[in-house]
Amino acid sequence: MTYDAHFRVWRGDQEGGDLVDYTVEVNEGEVVLDIIHRIQATQAGDLAVRWNCKAGKCGSCSAEVNGRPRLMCMTRMSTYAADETVTVTPLRAFPVTKDLVTDVSYNYAKARQIPAFAPPVGVAPGEYRMQQVDVERSQEFRKCIECFLCQDTCHVVRDHEDNKEAFAGPRFLIRAAELDMHPLDARDDRADFARDEQGIGMCNITKCCTEVCPEHIKITDNGIIPMKERVADRRYDPVRWLGRTITRRKA
Amino acid sequence: MAQTDVGGSAPDTASGVGSPTRARIAARTLRTDRWWVEPALTFTLLCLWLLYALIRTASQRAYFVAEYHYLSPFSSPCLTASCDPAARDFGTWFGKFPPFVPFGLLVLPFLLGFRLTCYYYRKAYYRSFWLSPPACAVAEPHATYTGETKFPLIMQNLHRYFFFAAIIVSLVNTFDAVKAFHGKDGGFGIGLGTIIMVANVVLLWAYTASCHSCRHLIGGRLRHFSKHPVRYKLWTQVSRLNTRHMQLAWTTLASLLVTDAYIGLVASGHLTDLRLFN
Ligand code: SF4
Ligand code: SF4
Ligand code: FES
Ligand code: FES
Repeated sequence: MTYDAHFRVWRGDQEGGDLVDYTVEVNEGEVVLDIIHRIQATQAGDLAVRWNCKAGKCGSCSAEVNGRPRLMCMTRMSTYAADETVTVTPLRAFPVTKDLVTDVSYNYAKARQIPAFAPPVGVAPGEYRMQQVDVERSQEFRKCIECFLCQDTCHVVRDHEDNKEAFAGPRFLIRAAELDMHPLDARDDRADFARDEQGIGMCNITKCCTEVCPEHIKITDNGIIPMKERVADRRYDPVRWLGRTITRRKA
Repeated sequence: MAQTDVGGSAPDTASGVGSPTRARIAARTLRTDRWWVEPALTFTLLCLWLLYALIRTASQRAYFVAEYHYLSPFSSPCLTASCDPAARDFGTWFGKFPPFVPFGLLVLPFLLGFRLTCYYYRKAYYRSFWLSPPACAVAEPHATYTGETKFPLIMQNLHRYFFFAAIIVSLVNTFDAVKAFHGKDGGFGIGLGTIIMVANVVLLWAYTASCHSCRHLIGGRLRHFSKHPVRYKLWTQVSRLNTRHMQLAWTTLASLLVTDAYIGLVASGHLTDLRLFN
């Protein structure tokens, strides 16, 4: 089925911008990114859009479609009625560069902040041995494609620009969880880091990150909440603190 | 135009989606679905439930059916001299309660605390009562936000202690359910009330076991599952229940209400208990 759809696409930059109307052809099986490309090819040659794989694997084409953070390449046009207006805007939590392209460097800054995997002492590279049951939990978080949709939808930074300094965002809290749950990571201060440097206490577990993740990672249930519990072990549990003090054991 | 309006109905988005470097879009959200239904429904249901519990416990009435030993979970354990002597299974710890004071006063704060600090209910009331956020990608109406980093919300970290308290209360509820296998002549008996109480207890255990703190304590805190096969097994089971934690949170609210309402109706004579055996 081919029909003409009504699109509104945000055009502009940091100086200002607006939602611009386009009437554009839609064919059977197309996704939102196809339509954006058609607008670019036929009506607005200077429309800026970031994309790469068109297969939901590179995480470049993140935008907001009808107000919902989504991968444009994975959003089928059949999600919307033929007579429905489809509004496409850039991610609203990050500074806009031009049109649908935003500056996501906040995320890279937060990624650099995390101490890398610490190799176990006395085990040579190549000698690492792990049981499947021990790595399973970490593996879920490795599915992340860094589309930053979770970062975009997280109200901690989306609604409060001033929290960006203190809060690393869901994507990097699951990175912390991934390393803390890693059977061979030698560091034992990941939970403290999550609290003191990544601001895990800012998250109020309202689960929007989980709702938008295109990889269906259970960010809140399997990553952030377990990390919050680990933080509680070390920082908010008087009984455990007493136990540690008596036995002089770390964690 | 960036939206800087603080007054009126328009929320202040200047610190968030309306801040200067972001794409200038005045709307607080461009979502076209009915995103407000979920928070509105949650708000209404939680308020109604609390209102019901408040009225029922403050009334101090129709909480016990002596004939079949049905004791409402809202009044258990019943430790006051105001309580029917037959319902005082654990003795009399307090004198008479003044009017409006719930008979379950000793444990109700712990039960309330357990649910208030529960990771699911936190999500539910942060969204529906505090609108922080009301729904995903819908700007919240607050200008500043510190999450759970400051008092009082930092106390949410004590959830595990409420979890331990909840285990004790669940044991008491289990005791009550066993006691409810009580016939008219004092011997063994089963009525619809017994079945309701048992079902309620099973659900309460499922809710308690599916708790995130439970999941952590039972095995989640380990780094090497392979060294603790039993705890790993338990963790797997709890994890499976944990994915249903939200559903269990709501089902147990319903089952508590049904149990109390049924006992209330039988105790006040509005309903005759359906007896299956004795
Ligand atoms: S659950 Fe926490 S990290 Fe995820 S979106 Fe909500 S506040 Fe942000
Ligand atoms: S966790 Fe999910 S939503 Fe967040 S960046 Fe990774 S893939 Fe995207
Ligand atoms: S273009 Fe790669 S995820 Fe959409
Ligand atoms: S009871 Fe809900 S998380 Fe513990």
